Amino acid sequence: MAEELKKDALVQIDYKPPKKGWMDTPVEFRHGTYIYPARAKNLKYLDLPNPREWSPTDEDWKLPENWKEIVINGMKERLDKYRSFKVYMDICVRCGACADKCQFFIGGGDPKNMPVLRAELIRSVYRGNFTAAGKILGRVNGARKLTTDVIKEWFYYFYQCTECRRCSVFCPYGIDTAEITMMGRELLTLLGVNVNWVIEPVANCYRTGNHLGIQPHALMDMFEMMLDDIKDRTGIKIEPTFNRKGAEILFITPSADYFAEPGMYTCMGYLMLFHELGLDYTWSTYASEGGNFGLFTSHEMIKRLNAKMYAEAKRLGVKWILGGECGHMWRVVHQYMGTLNGPADFLEEPVSPITGTKFENAKSTKMVHIAEFTADLIKNNKLRLDPGRNDKLRVTFHDSCNPARAMGIFEEPRYIIKNVCNNFFEMPENTTREQTFCCGGGAGLGTDEMMEMRMRGGMPRANAVQYVHDKHDVNRLTCMCAIDRATLTTLMEYWVPDVKVTGIHELVANALVMKGEKERIVDIRGEPLKEEKGGDNV
Amino acid sequence: MAKVNLGGIEIEVDEDGFIVDPTLWSEKVAQALASTEDVPTMTEEHWKVVKYLRDYYQKYNIAPMIRKMCKDTQVDLKHMYELFPTGPAKGACKIAGLPKPTGCV
Repeated sequence: MAEELKKDALVQIDYKPPKKGWMDTPVEFRHGTYIYPARAKNLKYLDLPNPREWSPTDEDWKLPENWKEIVINGMKERLDKYRSFKVYMDICVRCGACADKCQFFIGGGDPKNMPVLRAELIRSVYRGNFTAAGKILGRVNGARKLTTDVIKEWFYYFYQCTECRRCSVFCPYGIDTAEITMMGRELLTLLGVNVNWVIEPVANCYRTGNHLGIQPHALMDMFEMMLDDIKDRTGIKIEPTFNRKGAEILFITPSADYFAEPGMYTCMGYLMLFHELGLDYTWSTYASEGGNFGLFTSHEMIKRLNAKMYAEAKRLGVKWILGGECGHMWRVVHQYMGTLNGPADFLEEPVSPITGTKFENAKSTKMVHIAEFTADLIKNNKLRLDPGRNDKLRVTFHDSCNPARAMGIFEEPRYIIKNVCNNFFEMPENTTREQTFCCGGGAGLGTDEMMEMRMRGGMPRANAVQYVHDKHDVNRLTCMCAIDRATLTTLMEYWVPDVKVTGIHELVANALVMKGEKERIVDIRGEPLKEEKGGDNV
Repeated sequence: MAKVNLGGIEIEVDEDGFIVDPTLWSEKVAQALASTEDVPTMTEEHWKVVKYLRDYYQKYNIAPMIRKMCKDTQVDLKHMYELFPTGPAKGACKIAGLPKPTGCV
């Protein structure tokens, strides 16, 4: 579908606002800019309200009869419960510092994708119902009444936001606009107004433990294939364990890492690394998902899906948890898990069994990010690495939104990459680290029917990749997020087709010198390690 | 969701034309779906891939990894795209009556 979109037309971005004021400009549902609604069977599975068949293009969305009351009561409850929500509703002075920081506004030009105005969609209802000035002055005070058009607008724009929090970096008040989007989505959830790309993975996760709906025997089939491939490339037979009680460490990663390309190469990297270390660890077929699409639904759903991590750690009796290359998983683990499902008193403060390093930062959650773990191994000289094996790759690094802005994990991935690759090039500084641009498909937007908005929202990131591709002949875009690995692949195919996408531990897999390995002539993808001419054909 | 006539029976399909209930699949349905996915004729090779997908789905309740699908059917990715121009995930899986995978894919 991406191919059908004409690039020339897409880059003609019209920043001219509509003639009428924003309150009088109703939303227009155009294919490519909205996501299909959640199927009734998935909502039913999760006991979520108002399961039904409907379409955003229908006039009647079949909302519950008392929908207004539900929304207002839902807002009231959340304003009382979350002080942050109340503060964010009150303190914005509409300075506009965030306005041009959102990639969906930059690439799309719709003023309602300026974070300030996107938040205003909900603030206006807050003013009209919860503030004296708004109740009396109405529009003069920026207040408005709650109508079905407002609900349609919320649905459209809160699902054109990837909760990436780039705008928040620039807000002088520190308003976390992603939390406003989260509240908007939570209120919509009360009405049964959800998208299927989020709710089906959530339902799958509830049923099988992972977003893709992979059952244990299917998971084993996928691992067998990866293990066969590893043996083929390295000559080494790896025998990982699953659901093993008494292991020291439980390892959890996104299910896309063992289901889809290019994630599976990263997954093969984990398998090889842990084997080489002789790590006493186990996989789980129950806690078989690092990601948590509950984050894109409601706080209650975050908690429901996240619970299995600690539950499984407890059941297996491990000491601590190690987590793979996922993005939003780390927002949940780092900022919600401890209070939602903790404290995990039954776990120990994580210590690397290989280096003895105590991960002080994970003292509370008892869960360590794989980039921290591997960087520590390299720093302590515990790995034999041959970065020359990645010489055909000219690599740049995309800071995934959540690890970057929710965890501040900037140095570890770069440290690893620089130790396993000889050719590393940074993208321009206002597009990396805490200012990183989103892939355009996070927070449940990464579906094909959303392709136009994804290509628009991903354009700033693609531009920065194009820059290093032109300047340094970069041909690999590294990231540490499963959503990124899927969405950036499509984004690159569209905007910068010479650049392929990779996870960090895929690069580690190539460089890792293993005991008893055969001569490595192919990389972990099975492609020749060296090419006659360095260049794009990787 | 909409109902369409595929191979003589009325079947419910989703927004992208995937059949909702995989148990209603038949070779006739596959033929009808093929014409919507730029596959004018189903050759023996097409059937080999489609039947492999059906078997895998019945066993594992999910579509196989694309890499696995190529490996097991001995059809490389390039040829897979020649057979199914809309791709293995969209085209081949749709013709085989499998649901779309959702998540970080």
